[in-house]
Amino acid sequence: MFRRTVAVALTAVAALAVAACGSNEVPASSTAGPAGTVTVFAAASLTGAFTQLGKDFEAAHPGVKVVFNFAGSSALAQQINSGAPADVFASAAPKNMDQVTGKGTATTFVKNKLEIAVPKGNPGKVTGLKDFADKDKKIAVCAVQVPCGAAAKKVFDATGIVAQPDSLEQDVKAALTKVSLGEVDAALVYKTDVLAAKSKVEGIEFPEADKAINDYPIATLTKAKNPDGAKAFVDYVLSAQGKAVLTAAGFDAP
Amino acid sequence: MSPRGSRRIGGRVPLILLLPALLGLAFLLVPLLGLLAQAPWSTLPSRLFSADVGQALKLSLLCASAATALCLFLGVPLAWLLARAELPGRGLIRALVTVPLVLPPVVGGVALLLVLGRRGLIGERLDLWFGFSLPFTTAGVIVAEAFVAMPFLVISVEGALRAADPRYEEAAATLGAGRWLTFRRVTLPSIAPGVVAGAVLCWARALGEFGATITFAGNLPGRTTTMPLAVYLALETDPDVAVVLSVVLLAVSVVVLACLRERWISGLR
Repeated sequence: MFRRTVAVALTAVAALAVAACGSNEVPASSTAGPAGTVTVFAAASLTGAFTQLGKDFEAAHPGVKVVFNFAGSSALAQQINSGAPADVFASAAPKNMDQVTGKGTATTFVKNKLEIAVPKGNPGKVTGLKDFADKDKKIAVCAVQVPCGAAAKKVFDATGIVAQPDSLEQDVKAALTKVSLGEVDAALVYKTDVLAAKSKVEGIEFPEADKAINDYPIATLTKAKNPDGAKAFVDYVLSAQGKAVLTAAGFDAP
Repeated sequence: MSPRGSRRIGGRVPLILLLPALLGLAFLLVPLLGLLAQAPWSTLPSRLFSADVGQALKLSLLCASAATALCLFLGVPLAWLLARAELPGRGLIRALVTVPLVLPPVVGGVALLLVLGRRGLIGERLDLWFGFSLPFTTAGVIVAEAFVAMPFLVISVEGALRAADPRYEEAAATLGAGRWLTFRRVTLPSIAPGVVAGAVLCWARALGEFGATITFAGNLPGRTTTMPLAVYLALETDPDVAVVLSVVLLAVSVVVLACLRERWISGLR
């Protein structure tokens, strides 16, 4: 009997606790503005900047929670078209944005360009883009399906350099990881990635990077479960505060 | 081997077991049927014989087979040690052997990078002394696959060893056979079905390996892009190709498992 009383009491306490948590997260429905959870699918290269933006956005809109899915833009586009529950899509290239069906107007919010990333101390003695044609150096570039790979191909095509990669990575962060672990002598990543990992990698700028500038479009999705939240998040990214965070991360204004 | 395997329970199957059982069967089969239903059959042959698919398939078969050979070479003695030798903390060792079985393969890939990578504990020495590094090589794919697949072999062989009657080995010993001779001529033939079953499981697991491979060996067509990696990348640009690749992988797995199951694995029961 005693045991049962305890159990009932515990259940009641637990129920109260759950109710209390719930009331914290969901604001009264009378307040205007976004609420609930906003699901944002964003290009891997946006990981650092958007994580920060998400925190700022949550602080500016109490009661709203932002959930991110960072991956290669092509994988994200595929997931969205297969019915993944996304409210907002931020792509690293217009091409992958175009692949997505059922979206609002896409707005370009930043630009990014490629940079050579080498491990700290540059053990492979990489000096420029021509080293990517060196068979003896370990090289990683992104697979051509993802925006950083498409941009890399554009650069190599424009310069006539025949790259000899040892691995075609499935997103830019995977390529960057191979550099920060010292597994490759160089990888072609975005300027912003080098900045984000500056304790572990060094960046080498190269003039040919201007031949492949990536436009980053962002759009709300028509199947969004939280259209208000989606719009508010996109507005926040395009706002002055949003721009400040993105510029600090190394992105260029569109 | 014994009639135990063909034992049947008389009477009707209770509905409370039958329904979830059928649901479970459907759950396992429907996705595979969906794959077959969606396959672009009319263009399948032309896609199938494209250079990319052939290359990935060849590499997959080669790497899975090499990984299985490596697992047999290392795994059978390990299983023998676990089953027969007087080991302190054998339970713990056995538990450790099965860790890669439950570990997410990507974690396995990261662990391999940290140990065998160019800056890894052992990899750094390999690179320094022999100018050889495993990541981004076909050998790296084999290592990654073997790491993930070996527990299947070890568990299977150890089970067979424990089930085998040790009296034959004792008899061989009393007749003057050394331990190695006994192992080779008495133990190994008696556990052969278990070894083959383990090798098949190990091979199938290696064939499907994705996470550890892409993490440790990267992705380069012809060198490290195995079928699962090709499927994943194709899905992002041309889902039809991904389906074709998947159908091929499915067919290979089913054919191999079916052939070997009838002939060997049934002997285990």
